[in-house]
Order: sequence, then structure tokens, then C-alpha cells
Amino acid sequence: MHIAEGFLPPAHAVAWGVASAPFVVHGVRSLTREVREHPESTLLLGASGAFTFVLSALKLPSVTGSCSHPTGTGLGAILFRPPIMAVLGTITLLFQALLLAHGGLTTLGANVFSMAIVGPWAGYGMYRLLRRYGVPLMVAVFFGAFVADLFTYCVTSVQLALAFPDPSSGFLGALGKFGSIFAVTQIPLAVSEGLLTVLVMRLLVQSSKGELTRLGVLLTKKDARTGSEAMA
Amino acid sequence: MSKSAKTNLLLVLAVIALAVLPLALGLGDDKEEPFTGSDGQAETAITEIEPDYEPWFSPLYVPPSGEIESALFALQAAIGAGVLAYYFGLHRGRRQGEARARERQQAESAASGAGESGASQVPEPSQVPGASQVPGASQVPEA
Repeated sequence: MHIAEGFLPPAHAVAWGVASAPFVVHGVRSLTREVREHPESTLLLGASGAFTFVLSALKLPSVTGSCSHPTGTGLGAILFRPPIMAVLGTITLLFQALLLAHGGLTTLGANVFSMAIVGPWAGYGMYRLLRRYGVPLMVAVFFGAFVADLFTYCVTSVQLALAFPDPSSGFLGALGKFGSIFAVTQIPLAVSEGLLTVLVMRLLVQSSKGELTRLGVLLTKKDARTGSEAMA
Repeated sequence: MSKSAKTNLLLVLAVIALAVLPLALGLGDDKEEPFTGSDGQAETAITEIEPDYEPWFSPLYVPPSGEIESALFALQAAIGAGVLAYYFGLHRGRRQGEARARERQQAESAASGAGESGASQVPEPSQVPGASQVPGASQVPEA
């Protein structure tokens, strides 16, 4: 989903940067508050960022005969809420822009908007919605991660279609073109990301019950008795 | 293997299958260059829509070859995997430590509990079940 360096017209690059900045600033505040109030969560924050690092470096072949990579942002969004994921995603994108010439500084705002903001919010929204209707935790985690991944690529397609509308078929024509490159390729990869996120969540349930209960992912015994108030 | 470990293994196998199937079925065979990156394809699509578009900024650092680029991507994955492995390793170690502490505590409370019930005579440490296996247990009065 990385829009390459210099591949967005300056006005678009600036606009996406302006749109993303408040989310990242708010995210940095949430992150520092979380670390100050719960120093013990630093390790799990690191693990959530690390998951994004691994998954966004995994280039996987897809059914369209091209390769793409997952984003790994659903896990952190479910655990720590999306604002914090905006920071962790931005760090990952900066690493790739500076060291890998993958993405770029001029397109950072647009890439942050798709991968670190919309993806995590969409995934988190999906997860919360399913949990509210009593869907089992791991099923909700799967669809949360799936949606976070897929939405990221849909937003990238929209961003490119806005910047490069097709001369004959306009915005929608271009959206179809970029969508078939990004979104269709991404469907099986989003399934992979969902499965990997479930795997890590299962390991976390084994290893870090206390932490997950504090974060509201697992219910306490009291919550379970009185109905799922922690999720409301 | 436990049921939980089996489920985890199945999840990993499903991810591998999803990655291998497109290659095994030759889904990229109709392309000039099969399995290129979708990011690169988007760049091509942009130049098709707007042939005159020139990128107006170039990356500050470009890895000098594909090999170096792969190395840096591997580095990124390795950093992430390392942190994840550290996290799970640390928690596993902590859990084992806690389990051991709990066992020791139970042995101690069993030892002191036996002391209270045998009110008239103080039992020898060797008579208390479990006490002999736990070093230092008899010196600590209460858990």
C-alpha cells in the first residue's frame, strides 16, 4: 500500500500530511499517558509494534499473480486502541521510507492515513461491533485484523484515484484500476493477517492474562457475571 | 501435542498454504514478470494514466542493490521477530518462576499446617510430608 516517493502531486501530499498529523499527535499523547500510567504495558506495546514490523516486511504472493504485504495494525488497535497504533504504524512507515526507499517522506502523510489511521480504526470498529453482539473473541479478532488490512489498501486505491483520475473514465475508472491492483491482491493476504493475529492473540491469552484483562480484551470474572460491561 | 498447540500449528499451516498456493498454481504465469510487488504495479498504472507525470522527489537513501534491499527487509522482520520472541520468552519464564514459587509456598504451608495440627508435640522436619524436598522450608514459620 506504499505510495512511492514523489508519486503524489505536492498538493495531495500536503493535504494527506495535514489530515494525518492530528491523529499522530493525539496518538503520541495517548502513548505517553499509557506508558506513564501503566509502565508494565511498555513490553506489550513493543510487541504490538514488533508485530507490525514483521508483517509489513512479509511480502507474500497472492492470487492475482503479484506480491503484497500485510500491515499488522489490527492487533495493536484491538489491544491499545487505534490512536496508539497511529504512532506505531508511523514508526514502521518511517523506517521503510528512510532505509528501504519503500514509500517515502512526501507520501508519508498519505501512507500513514491509510495504514496507521483508517486501517486500525476500521479494524477496531469491526472488532468492537462483533464483540458487542457476543461474537467469540478470536472470531472478532480475525475479522478486526482482516478489515484493518483490507481497508488500508482500499484507502490507498482511493488516494491514488483522487490524484490520478482516468482521463476517460475519471475517478471511478481509476479507482477500479488501482483497486484491482491493491484491494483484490490483498484479500487472501488479509485472511493470512487475520490468522496470524489470532495466533498471536492466542499466545497472549496464554502468557498475559492479567494484562489483557486490564486492557478490556479479556473479561474479569465479575464482568462475566454481570454481563459484558467491560465491552459496552 | 496439546489441543491448543495443534490449533496454533493449523493456523501457521493455513497461512503457509495461502502463500504457497498462488505459486504452486502458477497464477502469475500469464504476466510478463510474475509476482512483482503491487506497489510497483501502481507506479506503472500511474504512468499509464498520466504519461507525463514525473516524481518530484526522490528517496534520500536508496539501497544500492536488490540484495541490500532484501537484507534490510530481513532486518526489519528480524527486529520485529526478536522483540516478539523476547516478549513471549520473558512471560514464559515469569510463569514458570511463579509456578515454582507457588509449589514452594504450598510445601511450606503444608509443613506449617502439620505443625499446628500436631499441637502436643513439635514434629521433626523429616516427619512433615514434602518438607525434606524443599530446602529451607522448615526455617520459615509462615508463608
